[in-house]
Amino acid sequence: MQIIPLFVAIPLGVAFFIPMVARKRPRVADTLANLTTLALFLMAISVIGKNGVYWMGGWGPFKHVPLGINLVLDGVSVFMLITIALISFLVTIYSIQYMDKFTAKARFYALFLLMLAGMNGVALTGDLFNLYVFLEIASIASYALVAFGCEHEELEASFKYLVLGSVGSTLILFGVAITYAMTGNLNMAQVSSIIGGELKPIHLFVVALFISGFGLKAALIPFHAWLPDAHPSAPAPISAMLSGVLIKTIGVYAMARVMFNVIGITPLTSYVLMVLGTVSMVVGVLLAMGQDDIKRFLAYSSISQVGYVVLAVGIGTRFAIAAGLFHLINHAVFKSLLFLNSGAIEYATGTRDLNKMGRLREKMPVTSTTSFIGSMAIAGIPPFSGFWSKLFIIIAAVQAERYGFAAWAAGVSVLTLAAFMRLQRRAFFGERHEAYDSAKEVPGTMQASMVGLAILCIVMGFLWLPQARETFLIPAAKVLQEGLNYASNILGM
Amino acid sequence: MLYALCFLLFMVGLYGVLVKRNLIKIIISLIIMESAVNVFIVMVGYRKDGIAPILNKTMQHQELVQRAVDPVPQALVLTAIVIGLGVTAMTIAIAMRLYERFGTYDIQEIKRLKG
Repeated sequence: MQIIPLFVAIPLGVAFFIPMVARKRPRVADTLANLTTLALFLMAISVIGKNGVYWMGGWGPFKHVPLGINLVLDGVSVFMLITIALISFLVTIYSIQYMDKFTAKARFYALFLLMLAGMNGVALTGDLFNLYVFLEIASIASYALVAFGCEHEELEASFKYLVLGSVGSTLILFGVAITYAMTGNLNMAQVSSIIGGELKPIHLFVVALFISGFGLKAALIPFHAWLPDAHPSAPAPISAMLSGVLIKTIGVYAMARVMFNVIGITPLTSYVLMVLGTVSMVVGVLLAMGQDDIKRFLAYSSISQVGYVVLAVGIGTRFAIAAGLFHLINHAVFKSLLFLNSGAIEYATGTRDLNKMGRLREKMPVTSTTSFIGSMAIAGIPPFSGFWSKLFIIIAAVQAERYGFAAWAAGVSVLTLAAFMRLQRRAFFGERHEAYDSAKEVPGTMQASMVGLAILCIVMGFLWLPQARETFLIPAAKVLQEGLNYASNILGM
Repeated sequence: MLYALCFLLFMVGLYGVLVKRNLIKIIISLIIMESAVNVFIVMVGYRKDGIAPILNKTMQHQELVQRAVDPVPQALVLTAIVIGLGVTAMTIAIAMRLYERFGTYDIQEIKRLKG
């Protein structure tokens, strides 16, 4: 499986290369970055349904005991790689014209690709310490990207994000160190075969460290303070990447991987995950209701939607995990779309304040239509993708006899609809305000990317059709749900 | 005992991050937290009267395995220190820019973002 390391190596290499060759030539930087994300997307498509292990430097297992670092390609990894590649490809198309108003475009792409390399690494790695390293690569690049504009708000948000993010990383590193002390190994497969699902008090301490560390990265509710500042302050393509992909890869995915495949899920941890998910879901949408800044509103709603994913993963049946992952990719699509819409509005009118908008539908038809589709998808209105994933999460909760959680999920869905109707009414319908006069439709590539995502909002619903589901979602859910079989799968290969 | 001290150091850092108002003090607290974890990792590999994990010609494999300290935590701690350096440099750069913009290091006066 020689293609596996390329998922990390290509973006890392191009990130190094772009500032050298394209510093004064922004179009060269655009081309290189777009080609890279396109290549990664095609590579991700080509590995659907494949499994494999890559041992770095040829240090393979010796008598079934791993020696070196390995990268693992299995159902969940493929799923995450495709989510990351899809969103990043459309976001780089959008950046071509959106980022023209910033000066250092080559550096923007360098940081962007660095973040991409980190996320792909997190999705692929089979080693606990390596997970921490890739997580830090992605995090450091995202701290710098949040501060990219270098204005008051951006710097303040970035500092807040940086401090809380570092605390999260330190907690994760502490967890990794204790795991090493307990088992004398860092390979995920080997560690899980040593722990074997049997939890002593020290394991519970590790679980607590990992849940709070990854919870900080995923912005689950008691740990969410940085997200509503950091995500709105970044440039719009980065907001879309952070909310759409980053918090899921280094937060939810990494947490699920460690909890299910390495330490082993127990009724207690699964209950903690469900409660955290539900609290995020409810509090996130309630906090979103009162926001006047359009991007801050979307950021709070991200917290709420990630709550759905964590709830579904916490329920832990194969159907529930598949539904959660389905919601994860759907949310990546429509939340990126909504953030790109908010970026288009800011690009055209120079404001993010809902009080100053109104009737933009007449001046910006493409933005308005795509944003309407995105809002309907996130609110869970039937033909759009969000409806199916929320429906399946609720059905899964009922099947697992978690009626209370199912009721909360349904209730939050109604609140989300109310919140997004308010957004639509105030931005695109309703009365004219000062931003109306200066508004005009955004340039071509930005439109193309938004239209692409809007089409995906509808098409994604078909992922649940039996054939698509069996090749894509179910293998991913199977890896997590089978838990500690992960060890024998990897070491047997 | 040593492990408890290490944990205490970690808690001191966490306390500083949560309570202090000065940006520089927050950065120092972060560094203390990182150091606590680094010390913990080194202690995991420690062995009383251990030797450096280098195999020379006069020594048998068995002897090395029995007497040498664990080399893996040392490799880990080096990587963790380098990552910590990167994060610290980033934090300090942003703190300096914040000082340029706001003219203060007090986080109570740096608050334009609300909600």
